[in-house]
Amino acid sequence: MGVEGIGARVVRKEDKRFITGKGRYVDDIKLQGMTFAHFVRSPHAHAKVKKIDSSAALKMPGVVAVLTGQQIVDDKVGNLICGWAITSKDGSPMKMGAWPAMAPETVRFVGQAVAVVIADSKNLARDAAEAVVVDYEELPVVADVHAAIKSGAPQLHPEAPGNQVYDWVIGDEGATDAAFAKAANVVKLDVTNNRLAPNAMEPRAAIADYDAAEEHFTLYTTSQNPHVARLVLSAFYNIAPEHKLRVIAPDVGGGFGSKIYIYPEEMVALWASKKVGRPVKWTGDRTEAFLTDAHGRDHVTHAEMAFDANNKITGLKVKTYANFGAYMSLFSSAVPTYLYATLLSGQYNIPAIHAEVIGVYTNTVPVDAYRGAGRPEASYLIERLMETAARQLKVDPAALRKTNFITQFPHQTPVIMAYDIGDFNASLDAAMKAIDYAGFASRKAQAKAQGKLRGIGLSCYIEACGIAPSKAVGSLGAGVGLWESAEVRVNPVGTIEILTGSHSHGQGHETTFCQLVAERLGIPISQVSIVHGDTDKVQFGMGTYGSRSAAVGLTAILKAMEKMEAKAKKIAAHALEASEADIVIENGEFKVTGTDKAIALPMVALAAYTAHNLPDGMEPGLKESAFYDPTNFTFPAGTYICELEVDPGTGKTSFVNFVAADDFGRLINPMIVEGQVHGGLVQGIGQALLEHAIYDANGQPVTASFMDYAMPRADDVPSFNLSHTTTLCPGNPLGIKGCGEAGAIGASAAVINAITDAIGKNNLEMPATPDRVWRTIHAA
Amino acid sequence: MYQTTYHRASSVDEAASLFAKSSEAKFLAGGQTLLPVMKQRLASPSDVIDLGKIKELQGVELSGDVLTIKAATTYYDIMTNADVKKAIPAIAHLTSVLGDPAVRYRGTIGGSIANNDPAADFPAALLALGATVKTNKRSITADDFFKGLFTTALEDGEIITAVSFPVPAKAGYEKMRHPASRFALTGVFVAQTKSGEVRVAATGASQSGVMRVPAIEAALKANWSPSAIDSVSISASNLLADIHGTAEYRANLVKVMAQRAVTAAG
Ligand SMILES: Cc1cc2nc3c(=O)[nH]c(=O)nc-3n(C[C@H](O)[C@H](O)[C@H](O)COP(=O)(O)OP(=O)(O)OC[C@H]3O[C@@H](n4cnc5c(N)ncnc54)[C@H](O)[C@@H]3O)c2cc1C
Repeated sequence: MGVEGIGARVVRKEDKRFITGKGRYVDDIKLQGMTFAHFVRSPHAHAKVKKIDSSAALKMPGVVAVLTGQQIVDDKVGNLICGWAITSKDGSPMKMGAWPAMAPETVRFVGQAVAVVIADSKNLARDAAEAVVVDYEELPVVADVHAAIKSGAPQLHPEAPGNQVYDWVIGDEGATDAAFAKAANVVKLDVTNNRLAPNAMEPRAAIADYDAAEEHFTLYTTSQNPHVARLVLSAFYNIAPEHKLRVIAPDVGGGFGSKIYIYPEEMVALWASKKVGRPVKWTGDRTEAFLTDAHGRDHVTHAEMAFDANNKITGLKVKTYANFGAYMSLFSSAVPTYLYATLLSGQYNIPAIHAEVIGVYTNTVPVDAYRGAGRPEASYLIERLMETAARQLKVDPAALRKTNFITQFPHQTPVIMAYDIGDFNASLDAAMKAIDYAGFASRKAQAKAQGKLRGIGLSCYIEACGIAPSKAVGSLGAGVGLWESAEVRVNPVGTIEILTGSHSHGQGHETTFCQLVAERLGIPISQVSIVHGDTDKVQFGMGTYGSRSAAVGLTAILKAMEKMEAKAKKIAAHALEASEADIVIENGEFKVTGTDKAIALPMVALAAYTAHNLPDGMEPGLKESAFYDPTNFTFPAGTYICELEVDPGTGKTSFVNFVAADDFGRLINPMIVEGQVHGGLVQGIGQALLEHAIYDANGQPVTASFMDYAMPRADDVPSFNLSHTTTLCPGNPLGIKGCGEAGAIGASAAVINAITDAIGKNNLEMPATPDRVWRTIHAA
Repeated sequence: MYQTTYHRASSVDEAASLFAKSSEAKFLAGGQTLLPVMKQRLASPSDVIDLGKIKELQGVELSGDVLTIKAATTYYDIMTNADVKKAIPAIAHLTSVLGDPAVRYRGTIGGSIANNDPAADFPAALLALGATVKTNKRSITADDFFKGLFTTALEDGEIITAVSFPVPAKAGYEKMRHPASRFALTGVFVAQTKSGEVRVAATGASQSGVMRVPAIEAALKANWSPSAIDSVSISASNLLADIHGTAEYRANLVKVMAQRAVTAAG
């Protein structure tokens, strides 16, 4: 490892511009003649749109146009799609309710757009939007899954009787029933995985610019995957063919999944820019973010786990109701199925699993992938079950886990996933040592003497990341392949540009990706730049989510680097009159091994571009590209242990210690990995203690601002104690597993297990607010 | 935000006459309540009259047994003021747990009590300490000043100039913070005056805003100690209930916060 190579704690290159306020976000971009969009949104959770009167708005100063849902339908802009086909247990396809970008007839959640005002300024557009008169006829509302599945419940979509999206199953029901029939003990648990609002720091935004002469659109947008956005906008929404549509995702201030999707606002901006003949900008505010960004989680689950007389798990049965909101968002169908139920084996040997997942429509904003996406729900369920089992079976929770850990790899679970490698004992042992698990009993006694209830909670999580391989996801219903592409351009002066289909919106790719180049060529990262987020520059890409950018995106870069290096070695060997096999790359030079003969990278690059003296038949230039399709998912795993105290007078939780022992495979930049873990843990703790996106029975959002929606802040969380127990991933040449989601996946179970341990009651829902904890303590 | 006209007043008299001349004016102090409301388009004053730069509304004075805080003094300035820390440290503590740093740097005592949010901290301090609100027209006792949710004895256009607190023998404030906004989910201010009177006020608890808690006052009058409150029972009826706290929970908090405030008061 060089000072800037793989494994080095290199300070982030991109932070200079972010910290000094020089980032260039969508809202920073100003185009000549730009107009501003403001949406007219439904105040009702379910209503018919009877009439839209824009006459007063059209007369207001600066108003360019008022466009409605009916017009977008008339212009044949496609309905929003869901990109992963799921089949119900009866063989029928999932039931998709039609979702036009603006509602022509029926609104199904508060905040759904019915019209848009285009004006010369943001304020004028907003003023005029208030003057658009919409005549609604209110319809009955169902805002939660319990209500939506009842017979006689108000129905959202004619396509989906009973408000059911699908009823999907996985695993072997017969084998599972047989395991339960023979069980020595059965542990049962009901859990709710609370609904969350993602809240990236930068709200969503879009600028659409239509060039009538070229019939060409440019879209600047807050996307985690600009090429996927272009593909969907072209192939399904009839905006423009791909070569007439450029999508640019410049600096993007966080995504957490919520910026994977193509939302109505981007579609409307594109369509409107052609209609009004001027660029159209829309920048969402925080309220719009709460109302319209896809939410996360929202599962209601009943689960049972069977054990034999030796406390070995013999079977697992799960039934989950997953709230989809009012429409199926882009990846929504995959989240509670292939990203959730396939992880239900956790870190354990479970011979038989059967899970049923029922997708349900409600009059709420759509629900889709949010940091972890399905895997936090699975991990939370399994780790709550393990803790419940340990209490019921009266065994130490760590010992129960060890009894059941998978120790042989590869391991085929009964729910599709084949774990390639791991060492679950190592991470559990490391975490137990870090927190002094053995000394907990005496610490608990000391705390009790001071009137505090102390608890400890474990969470041994596993996740499936990289979100690949293409053939596998294709066979499961995915609409796209999940490979990644990269291009390495060595300039004639020897500097390097890496073009990647991954997209950085906080992850630090501009640093870590350069570190691979520094490692291989021995040049400083200042000589390397990363180009991403522009469909005109980067050949293609599937974008960033599912902790995939290092395992898949960086591997694509490696593949392109290898091709480039092979060619460069040929040029060097030719120049040095040596054999290609004897050339090694060190400190930015191509050397003949064992000699002092060398040629520097810039000279090799120059030779490639002057082409005065290349090997016979070689093409000029030094630029290579690669597509990399992974061979398996990667399986980051680890153990989190949380020690905390509950104040019995108020129910308030205070952290004493929080340790994380993760196995992410190879780390490119440990500092950035730690940052990812910190952020993930905070989101997991946020879910456990604070965050809850709530709708009332009328479908009105109760938590649509930071005055009501409790985001975790620095003083809500402890200082974390992190460590790594590494097994290298055999599935990719760098041995990387990914680290982006782990914290959010594993943390919440550790917190709830610790609180329930502290208060001596097992049932406690998230978020464990002081009120809820206090009532649980004092419940009869 | 809708169109509005901004004025920066340089004296209380100028502010009052600007107010009289405009159709629907609002005074602006720290802006921590007024500006968010205007941004959400829930208020549309024709004129905004800024009191923040008026010299006579700034600062703290300790004279004998009376601590006077001028209306436009920020929470941060109150929190760090030597006289406040010396005379009524419970007020310095209250400001240190009020909102977040941004709110403390901008928000003011005058804005807080004029707004009289049912979960604001300062109203509890005024009521428990038996403070007097000074305006450009008169003096109003705290008991007469707070009139229920977001309602005060202020007349249209009346400007708060200062709040005077009699220095107590003992005082303490404890608060359970609202997890999102950091307002008081419930906060209790306890005070024992130099003449031995006990006054206790709770904020964030009652549906009708800041309130005295006579049962706890009686218990503490008999025995100034946390355990004196053990046997007090607080009814949950007429208490606030929302997603962050049931009425029963708030009733519990009134007791628990009062006990902890007594401990803090010493
Ligand atoms: C995120 C956040 C957290 C907060 N947390 C807390 C908290 O924990 N505890 C708490 O108590 N408060 C909290 N607040 C509210 C904060 O204290 C406000 O600052 C306060 O309510 C108003 O004070 P201001 O100086 O900002 O007044 P402004 O917002 O400027 O004005 C508020 C109202 O008072 C009137 N007004 C202002 N000064 C005078 C005067 N001298 N005479 C007559 N009328 C006047 C104005 O016309 C206006 O109607 C919070 C606010 C925010 C945004």
